[in-house]
Amino acid sequence: MINNLHIMFPEIFLSLSIFSILMVGVFIKKSFNLIFNLTSLIIIITISIILANPNNEERIFLDTFIRNPFSNYFKILILLSTFFVLNSSKNFIIDNKLDKFEYPIIILLSILGMFFMVSSNDLILFYLGLELQSLSLYILASIDRDNLRSTESGIKYFVLSALSSGLLLYGCSLLYGFTGSTNFELIADQLNKENTGAVFAMVFILVGLAFKISAVPFHMWTPDVYEGAPTSITSYFAVVPKVTGLALLIKFMFVPFSNILLEWQTIIIFISIASMILGAVAAMIQKNFKRLLAYSSIGHIGYALAGVATGAISGYQSAIVYISIYVIMNIGAFSCLYFLKKDGQYKENISDLSGISKKHPLLAISLLIILFSLAGVPPLGGFFAKFYVFVAVLEKEMYALAIIGLITTVMSAFYYLKIIKTIYFDDSIITFEPTKNRAAQVSVFASCTILITFFLYPSILNNLVNTLFVS
Amino acid sequence: MTEIGLGHYLSLGAIIFFLGVIGIFLNRKNIIVILMSIELILLAVNINLISFSIFSGDILGQIFTMLILTVAAAEAAIGLAIIVVYYRNRGSIRVEDIHGMKG
Repeated sequence: MINNLHIMFPEIFLSLSIFSILMVGVFIKKSFNLIFNLTSLIIIITISIILANPNNEERIFLDTFIRNPFSNYFKILILLSTFFVLNSSKNFIIDNKLDKFEYPIIILLSILGMFFMVSSNDLILFYLGLELQSLSLYILASIDRDNLRSTESGIKYFVLSALSSGLLLYGCSLLYGFTGSTNFELIADQLNKENTGAVFAMVFILVGLAFKISAVPFHMWTPDVYEGAPTSITSYFAVVPKVTGLALLIKFMFVPFSNILLEWQTIIIFISIASMILGAVAAMIQKNFKRLLAYSSIGHIGYALAGVATGAISGYQSAIVYISIYVIMNIGAFSCLYFLKKDGQYKENISDLSGISKKHPLLAISLLIILFSLAGVPPLGGFFAKFYVFVAVLEKEMYALAIIGLITTVMSAFYYLKIIKTIYFDDSIITFEPTKNRAAQVSVFASCTILITFFLYPSILNNLVNTLFVS
Repeated sequence: MTEIGLGHYLSLGAIIFFLGVIGIFLNRKNIIVILMSIELILLAVNINLISFSIFSGDILGQIFTMLILTVAAAEAAIGLAIIVVYYRNRGSIRVEDIHGMKG
């Protein structure tokens, strides 16, 4: 078994380096900058370790840990998005006095948890990874500990997320009882439609996962946590745990529950429709930009779930493409927030964006591109993401889902266009301070470039995603 | 006397589990009670796992239980820490007082 340890080199490297930089943080005073740079370095090295390892499917530790193209793709997506989120928010962290050395370390710990989740092939490893991720996220939500709103969002996140973990765990215990195993493939062999207890367990597990990706009707924590937590944390919450949650949902559909897909699909279709509608309707009345992005992310998860709901490989692929482009759009949108600095404070209300096109034309045009892409206007990346999902849905002849999706796309375009109207046609009231935030500029620029040029070579991402399900 | 079987243990687990869930949603007073309810849920899962493990003669369920106990302790520690931090800022941990953000 020891000969095969190279399969989990990325995890081993990540955990050892977390311990090492924790020591650095303890023994060196004022070490935020050092730890921060080390964290970026660790992320880059981990990416190169994953890329240097072969990409074929291998298992270790009695089949509990699995490395395949699917898990590698999500690991790299997680690391890359964390890298951009972390670096673009550095100035924000320092300006808001969040520069404690624990900050990047806890982010790395949550990444480690996500790694184990996407690689797990066993309920026990899956649960432990999930808890490592969630426990780190509770701390991150309340990291601004002298701020009432941050701690309140921490409490809300903790209570609801712990409840969802409990539900998920109850589902796991029932699944173990009714199939007699915790291994995903053995569970898949045991499951069939007659096994009513296992169908019951499936519902609990689905509820737990829906909580983590904040799909309706388990979304109530999202707006409050997004608004209360510091923007740097919110951008992390909006991107990385969502990717992992969706990966897990696809994994559960693909391996353990592949024999009872029909029951599972019915629930996901309902969740998907509810998320799309609520994301479109509730965002219209929001005044806070972060809160608006929370509702918009609920809607976007609804579209990704529509792809998952097809239960076909083409649907899963479209969902993965969707979530990848969603990550790019959200990193750009949140990076724009780091430029809204006035008198040492970061503004986050939509009314503060009023008329910024006159004084800050570059920021305005970037927001324009990102918001158009979020709304799904062709030829930007967001349009292609929605297009692939709807094609996959129509192939499966799920017309109701596609029609509702199209209607909610039009509805959600309303509030994105409203922000663009505020930016371009309202009176200018605030001039923001010029910020020398090079990393955030790079993030916005990269995000806009990818979104604009995506239509030239959409096949790059598609071909990559197509290889994920060949094992 | 009826034989105590798997069904009885599972019923006990289900009852404790739903007590925990109901405790979270009906509690309007104190966050500590919510923390206790979360622990109740995890304990119900443990009862489930152990009884399944005993009745199927498979050790995995008991290993799972040990790991859940560890995680539950960590979760309670972090939960209490967040509540302490919140109390410092707000001066109260009544559930009705946690409404700083709405909409």
